[in-house]
Amino acid sequence: MKKLLIASILTITAGAWAQTVTVKVEGAWVRGTVATQKATGAFMRLTPSAKVRLVSVSSAAAGVAEIHEMSMENDVMKMRQIDGLDLNAGKATELKPGGFHIMLMDLKAPLKGGDSVPMTLTFEDAAKKTFTQDLTVSVTALGKGKAPNAMKPDMKSETKSDMKSEMKPEMEHKQ
Amino acid sequence: MPQKSLLFENRLGRTSRRSALKACVALGVVPWLVACDPLVSSGAASDGFKGIDITGADYARDFALVDFNGAPRTLADYRGQVVMLYFGFVQCPDVCPTALARAVEVLQLLGPAAAPQVQLLFITVDPERDTPALLLEYMAAFDPSFVAMTGSLAQIKATADAFRVYFKKVPTGSTYTMDHTALTYLFDPKGQIRVAMRHEQTAAEYAADIQRLLTEDEA
Repeated sequence: MKKLLIASILTITAGAWAQTVTVKVEGAWVRGTVATQKATGAFMRLTPSAKVRLVSVSSAAAGVAEIHEMSMENDVMKMRQIDGLDLNAGKATELKPGGFHIMLMDLKAPLKGGDSVPMTLTFEDAAKKTFTQDLTVSVTALGKGKAPNAMKPDMKSETKSDMKSEMKPEMEHKQ
Repeated sequence: MPQKSLLFENRLGRTSRRSALKACVALGVVPWLVACDPLVSSGAASDGFKGIDITGADYARDFALVDFNGAPRTLADYRGQVVMLYFGFVQCPDVCPTALARAVEVLQLLGPAAAPQVQLLFITVDPERDTPALLLEYMAAFDPSFVAMTGSLAQIKATADAFRVYFKKVPTGSTYTMDHTALTYLFDPKGQIRVAMRHEQTAAEYAADIQRLLTEDEA
């Protein structure tokens, strides 16, 4: 019981502390697809205000979304799912071709240039509390060359608390 | 696999050094490269190809597959053109579209006069999912001149082996992805294997080596 009480206090403290954590999302884009293509990648730059871990991604546009790491070994390309991506405070972590990306699989419909895709990123803070961030990510047409680097002015990003993470309403993230 | 890769690397290294020597000798009498090629940055031209020179290699000789229209194809069909040959798959979020987008950029760098003398060929390592119709649509999204090849899994495996290309199906989630060699092979207009370009190399480096193969043919 005592243990549980301590755990609760820790949880509340952590929750109160976590409310200040925000993750800046910049330059997010998804690569467009053709009709029967079922998978593609999403890329972005993430800068958290405190150390967090990106633990999962979901999107209404895809049946499955995973965090992947691409590596090149002796000119062989390998892609592997990773169970999370640590993001350091104030440091930009790039999800870009040639490194990390969000793999969208089992796509519900082809993604055309100019479309946008809803995406929810779930982060875990230092106290293992999760919070989510909703994004609207624009689609860059397949074959349209290099990735856009700058953040699109029309890109919307909002943070909201994740009720599943047991955060109290007063501990919600501020916009 | 690591052992096989090491052998592959060693072989490339040896071949590269030998060919680089030949290239330097050739450059002594043919100074056109520095003089006429705007794509080659000054001073770098005498180093030979930007990619790995595999001239004379006893692999990556030819293939016999079908294109996305169902026509039987071999390298001989592209004689007179520099061929960029890449093995990949469509459900690939990163490396393959990057390679194809780079190929588009390479054609732009080469310009409207040279671009028709270059042919991008894509051989799928995922013939189970990459149907001819999907390959056709995928290539067209990049450039209508790009051609994709497919075949039975056994044919693809035999072709990959003949090109020293490694590929392997790797389960992920409810589906699978493919590990595969991400080199782009360059064939000269006579259909001879010449250069292996690395994925990390830039469009300008690809264009420089292609320009060189095109100009060499005219010389």
